[in-house]
Amino acid sequence: MAEPTIFDLSVAGRTGVTFPEPDVPETALPKGFLREKLQLPEMSELEVVRHFTSISQKNYAIDLGFYPLGSCTMKYNPKINEVVSRLPGFAATHPLQPIDTVQGNLFLMYSLQEMLKEIAGFAAVTLQPAAGAQGELVGTLIIHKYHQERGDHQRTRMLIPDSAHGTNPASSAMLGFEVVPLPSDERGNVDIAALKELCDDRLAGLMFTNPNTLGLFDENVCEVVDIVHKAGGLVYGDGANMNALLGVFRPGDVGIDILHFNLHKTFSTPHGGGGPGSGPVAVQQHLVDYLPDPIVGIIDEGDEETAPLYGFIHPEKSIGRIKSFYGHFGMHIRAYTYIAMLGQEGLRDVAEIAVLNANYLQEKLKDTFTLPYDRPCMHEFVLEGYWKDVPDIHALDIAKRLMDYDFHPPTNYFPLIVHEALMIEPTETETKETLDRFVDAMRKIAEEARTNPELLHNAPHNTPVRRADELKAAKDLVLCCYVGDDWPGVQE
Amino acid sequence: MFTPHTKHDVEVMLNSIGVGKIEDLFQEIPEQFRYPDLNLAPRLTEMETAGQLESIAAANATTKDLLSFLGAGAYDHYIPAAVDNLLQRGEFYTAYTPYQPEISQGTLQAIFEFQTLICKLTGMDVSNASHYDGATAAAEAVILAYGNFRNKRKKVLVSRAVNPQYRQVIRTYMQADSSLKIVGDEIETGIAPDMQKFIDQIDHDTALVIVQYPDFFGRIIDYTQLIETAHQFGALVAVAVNPTALGMLTPPGDIGADIAFGEGQPLGIPLSYGGPYLGFFAVKNALLRKLAGRLVGETTDVEGKLAYVLTLTAREQHIRREKASSNICSNQGLMTLAATIYMSLLGKHGLQQVANLCYQKAHYTADQLSGISGFSLVDETTPFFHEFVVKCDEPVEEVLEHLLQHNILGGYNLGHDYPELENHLMLAVTEKISREDIEYLSAVLQEENHG
Repeated sequence: MAEPTIFDLSVAGRTGVTFPEPDVPETALPKGFLREKLQLPEMSELEVVRHFTSISQKNYAIDLGFYPLGSCTMKYNPKINEVVSRLPGFAATHPLQPIDTVQGNLFLMYSLQEMLKEIAGFAAVTLQPAAGAQGELVGTLIIHKYHQERGDHQRTRMLIPDSAHGTNPASSAMLGFEVVPLPSDERGNVDIAALKELCDDRLAGLMFTNPNTLGLFDENVCEVVDIVHKAGGLVYGDGANMNALLGVFRPGDVGIDILHFNLHKTFSTPHGGGGPGSGPVAVQQHLVDYLPDPIVGIIDEGDEETAPLYGFIHPEKSIGRIKSFYGHFGMHIRAYTYIAMLGQEGLRDVAEIAVLNANYLQEKLKDTFTLPYDRPCMHEFVLEGYWKDVPDIHALDIAKRLMDYDFHPPTNYFPLIVHEALMIEPTETETKETLDRFVDAMRKIAEEARTNPELLHNAPHNTPVRRADELKAAKDLVLCCYVGDDWPGVQE
Repeated sequence: MFTPHTKHDVEVMLNSIGVGKIEDLFQEIPEQFRYPDLNLAPRLTEMETAGQLESIAAANATTKDLLSFLGAGAYDHYIPAAVDNLLQRGEFYTAYTPYQPEISQGTLQAIFEFQTLICKLTGMDVSNASHYDGATAAAEAVILAYGNFRNKRKKVLVSRAVNPQYRQVIRTYMQADSSLKIVGDEIETGIAPDMQKFIDQIDHDTALVIVQYPDFFGRIIDYTQLIETAHQFGALVAVAVNPTALGMLTPPGDIGADIAFGEGQPLGIPLSYGGPYLGFFAVKNALLRKLAGRLVGETTDVEGKLAYVLTLTAREQHIRREKASSNICSNQGLMTLAATIYMSLLGKHGLQQVANLCYQKAHYTADQLSGISGFSLVDETTPFFHEFVVKCDEPVEEVLEHLLQHNILGGYNLGHDYPELENHLMLAVTEKISREDIEYLSAVLQEENHG
């Protein structure tokens, strides 16, 4: 049964919460500015609770099962994160309080900056960006401003490997960079010859994801960085895949200039059904002055008697403010907590087990599915969701069929350079038993593809809804609930 | 700590892969850079970590310890218990972006309801699934308008009474395009910008006019003439709105706004030192195809059953790459859910009540303060909602310090953002403030004045 909307459930005269009557003398309302109608739902508290509980049960979630979604790092979100980030000492602080009343917050943000610097090998970190895509925007703004400041106005080209996330070209284009695709070689690395050819005085930078979206560590990382630097460009590291490298490798050590983190991938903050994320950005020493304004720093060192005073620093050549206040502080608390619980030893364990899990799955599945790049992988790998002998079965069918086995599908049709891609990232928090069950399901599906292909074409069968008509959704646009007699469709 | 593998598991798995030890899987990383020594504190157990975080939190003074009149873009409203209780369902907060509609109907329906609530609240036709916050929503309004005129109109006019952080973020986002002029807020007009002068700057080169309602100083301004003029010149108008105020005030859609956006934090989201919040963003139908961010639409599944899906995805980065309308990837998922639950709980009556309480208490506070010598209301004629500005005879930092000694966060020092408003203090009053609180503030200020 479809769950009615909050507007369907509305009955005039109900309310889920009441507030006290005014305890002050009344002032007349502003004439001429008062609205006539306010069409909000009218529901009791219990109706609201049941409605949202009911729809929540139509979601898949990490707390329910295995989520091998490539490039998304769907690891367990520790419950302690949710408890500490809700402590009133944090949650009830206003962003414009005087700094001496929020030294706890500032200490935590400063400490997280220091932790991230250390983990990735950089000179400074900003916690302001709201998500990975905004981190990329910060990175590309820094690259833009750096070249402008140096008078290199002709540096307008951004090289982006063909395996990159879609946000890379979109972020670059927002700043007017000319996006130049960079091919991969037959081992899945950046094609060095092509790179050399594209490196001239028009080069602004390279956006480099390593490990890349094939789950492969670029074996020529040092050479790639060197070539770009010699041509006067900067190397932007997309840190989406940092989970494979924690405690194992620091991108800053090989000279990558800028790197963004995804706290919601690598550092266990929840994805929340599509946000809020958090995308801190790290830079090398020569770019520290360009960071967004403000960043947290020590503004008075203190001495033996007094603790240091934390406050805000305004970088000299800053690209400016990138969002309200200081970033997604609630996510900073969770990431800090996670790192504090892991330390160096635990971080290395995360990367090692994530890579072990991925290689185990890759090994177990490569006989059943085509593995286009047969190398040890990092935290994820990409299979072809396609067999020559059953050409009308596609990656999408396999993905949908997995839902019937109670698994979330892998990322499909990405990266674009693999035909019918299925991109699998198990993460370190899954047991061997779960991986084995997943392997069994994948093998069973490969068998079904031959024996009963309709099972796949019509999948999923057991989900709250089945395959949805996306064309209809886009053609007969309905973007709002029915409210009373108003037809909610869009008339353009 | 969170890895479940036994020694035996690891052995079996390594065996199956055909390598001797885990380190062998990292051979492709240049050896001299492998396994750096990290200078991090030793790992802690959950119990120790919880203790550490509690003591860090205890180093703050909060709006629960202090009586707070701080606003300026983030407001301390009461959040009904059911909001956070429902947010903590793992089915919601540990889910990914709803790319697989068959197993994401919960998230999709919640966003669909959020879109509807925002449309009804603002009087607009189409709402997206949200931006990061009010400030980035402002930048997205500029990007939308600029693109709408194919980058041919080169001027964006923004009022000085728009939240300063919104204006900063717009400039950050647009800095790479030197041909685009962001103007209208440079002259130090303080709290009394000349509306006619502002309107006179609208011309055929203007892509977008941005105003705020109530404005940054809390005032309720009539934008009817401004919007008419903008439309005569073919320009778009974006209105930044406070959603709580819309429990009372005529929505921007009704006065002709093309875009309505704002900070959604007042809708059931804790202050949390500035984030995560949520930027809501709604447009009239004519701009639907220009809208960035995610959209949820209604459809049916193969059995004809009602289903929700992400729709018009062809505008988005994962399909369009460099041709996308924005690089935005996530929305503020869980925060939009908080706002949706909050609005459902309050409903029509509750939101009207909250708006009225804010209005009444703010006016009582203003009234009390204006009776104290050394403090004067700066604008006594323009209506205001729940925020207002007083001028202090003494340096505002001293006033704030005195108030803090009496456990009061006295408000926002406007001199930080407006050099011409030195010694101007802005106070916000929400439903959480009682008459007793207001009279305490008043008494402490009297004392300051005579002490």
